[in-house]
Amino acid sequence: MRQPTPEASRSVGHLPEGDASRRNVAQRQQRGWWYERMLLATTSFAIVILLVLLYNIVNDAFGGIAEQTAIDPVELTGGRAITELTDAELVTLLEDNLRSRVRRNLEREQPLSERTRDDLLAIIDRELIKREVVGVYTLTSYMFDRDRIAADLAENFPRATLSFKSWISPAFLSTPMSSEPSNAGIRTALLGSLWVLLLTVVIAFPLGIGAAIFLEEYERDLPFDERSSLGRALNRIYNRVNALIALNIYNLAGVPSIIYGILGLAVFVRAFEPFTSGAAFSGGDGTANGRTIISAAATMALLVLPVIIISSQEAIRAVPNSLRQASYGLGATKWQTIWRIVLPNALPGILTGTILAVSRAIGETAPLIVVGASTFIVSDPSGPFSKFTVLPIQIYNWTSRPQEEFRAIAAAAIIVLLVMLLSINAVAIIVRNYLRQRRVG
Amino acid sequence: MAASEPGMTGGSRAALDLRRKPRIGESIIQLLLFLSGFISIFTTLGIVWVLGQESLKFFADPKVNIGEFLTTTVWQPQIDAFGILPLINATLMVSIIAMLVAIPLGLGAAIYLSEYAAPRIRNTLKPIVELLAGVPTVVYGYFALTFVTPLLRSIFGSDTVSIYNDLAAGLVVGVLITPLIATLSEDALSAVPSGLRQASFGLGATRWETAVQVVLPAALSGVIAAFIVGMSRAVGETMIVALAAGASPNFTFNPFEPAETMTGHIARISGGDLSYNSIDYTSIFAIGLVLFMITLVLNYVSRLVVKRFREVYE
Repeated sequence: MRQPTPEASRSVGHLPEGDASRRNVAQRQQRGWWYERMLLATTSFAIVILLVLLYNIVNDAFGGIAEQTAIDPVELTGGRAITELTDAELVTLLEDNLRSRVRRNLEREQPLSERTRDDLLAIIDRELIKREVVGVYTLTSYMFDRDRIAADLAENFPRATLSFKSWISPAFLSTPMSSEPSNAGIRTALLGSLWVLLLTVVIAFPLGIGAAIFLEEYERDLPFDERSSLGRALNRIYNRVNALIALNIYNLAGVPSIIYGILGLAVFVRAFEPFTSGAAFSGGDGTANGRTIISAAATMALLVLPVIIISSQEAIRAVPNSLRQASYGLGATKWQTIWRIVLPNALPGILTGTILAVSRAIGETAPLIVVGASTFIVSDPSGPFSKFTVLPIQIYNWTSRPQEEFRAIAAAAIIVLLVMLLSINAVAIIVRNYLRQRRVG
Repeated sequence: MAASEPGMTGGSRAALDLRRKPRIGESIIQLLLFLSGFISIFTTLGIVWVLGQESLKFFADPKVNIGEFLTTTVWQPQIDAFGILPLINATLMVSIIAMLVAIPLGLGAAIYLSEYAAPRIRNTLKPIVELLAGVPTVVYGYFALTFVTPLLRSIFGSDTVSIYNDLAAGLVVGVLITPLIATLSEDALSAVPSGLRQASFGLGATRWETAVQVVLPAALSGVIAAFIVGMSRAVGETMIVALAAGASPNFTFNPFEPAETMTGHIARISGGDLSYNSIDYTSIFAIGLVLFMITLVLNYVSRLVVKRFREVYE
């Protein structure tokens, strides 16, 4: 055993005595106190980072927006709000104000008088009012720096108005993508995420539990006749393979997610293209060439499988052996025991593990980039064989653009993603508690 | 798969047959479960096969030379220069910066949680640390690009720090793997039998001396394994580097400059419209193969460390 401190080891041969000893102890305790503070600080660093992260996101997702119009709407209509006008008045308004070339083009597409009211309003908005964003400000600068912003705007954009903008809104959730950040929404991405998630669970859940049951309950259950030499040889292979599977699952859990994306690209997108594009079932729209929801979900399933297997194994292992033996003692077969005794008891653990794995899948981006998520889709996904995008891909795409507005909607999408994650984790906790209570009662 | 086992043949035949009956249904179920376990083997074989096969195509291309691939420092597919070193270099830079953040923070948190914290504090702090691990990496990428980089630029000056740089990416990857290292190290520290701590306290050691001179050495194999697993995770991390480290394969040791990592390059190339016959397509498999090997070696070493240097008590 080493000496407790460097000081002590320096006093050759014997420990400090009397005052020296008291000083030594006081010193060491003092130092211990400082180290404890230091360790507490490193641990609390996690909280600080979380808070800064949240602050950063909220600061970007809300804030000020300065918009400028080419003409004041009220000026345009002579004092009335545009929405008060009748359809006929809207048409005259357009006829009076549109430049003739623009008007001719519009009339050629569809005569103005035959257009719907929403269409007319949209044209007025686009061609006459020409609302344009001239500045985006973070929440803190909007709140504490408004005077400077206002002065700045008055100088550069005298017609601009500054107003509060929450980038996250019901419209943001329900409108599809758009190249205009102020009109862009995450509807397609949200639906894509849900589709991918659902199919991932459908694929990975049974496989994961199956593998876990196999590894925990059947591993030592030799399937061949030990009395014949062939049976013994086969059983040896069976044991080898089992050991390999168990080792392999741990290895797979350490493979970077982007490698799974490469696997998915080569296997699901290319090799299985007839199936994953839906051509074999005449299901797809033929445009997605294998870069479909089902390919993404299959890739994700492989990615989360090791996590599901490992957590399910732990849950199954935690079921007391006496329950199994009681079941066998009553004459149940192996499968009856597993299905009626082991699984119901392991279910809370299995579900928690699965839900946590799935929440990892929701946030996973890299493999889906490689598998080929589309970055711009306006139509809702129609089934497993349609092109897709998911929420994290959308966030990635928006974040990588330089304009402030895209940063703002990326932050808004992040809030949606985090809320989704939190609610899934909350469901995991509720499900676990519910099942535990029911089992006891 | 007919089933009958030895050791159950002792029953008297005339009265009651107690031998295990072959049950077809049970055997089929066993087969199905075996197959679902076997999927994991298929996955590994699939990864190896896919990476190997497409990499072979890449190296068979007349424009590529495997010696140059491993030793030259220019990666510019436009001029047929395929030297992977700039990508590996950037990956290592980011990972090392990440480890410099994550080792002190993760180990500090692990020691605090396992040796100091009262149960009540531990039960509040640990989930918060783990919460950090649950944040999607794309969110960290956003954080790196919109918070850490501007912060670095305001500290070091925007002339020195580029908009895309390895330092911001590395720091945030460090934050990402801190909870991983903290949790794994804490498991290793908690597994040290409390008798060792009691003995140390009994000899008059303070809590800190016990933690650092008794518990930590005893748990060292687990703690080092945690570092290696964290390193492997940092090497494979994609979204943070794709967003914050930039899109130009530079061979540079300056952390303030943009440099593309292996994962970042794969993500960027495959994010565009990729033709299956192009050399770009096969090149991502070759890079993937190198990445896969690196993480495989790291994971193997971590298991080796645990096995070889584990201190067994009781």
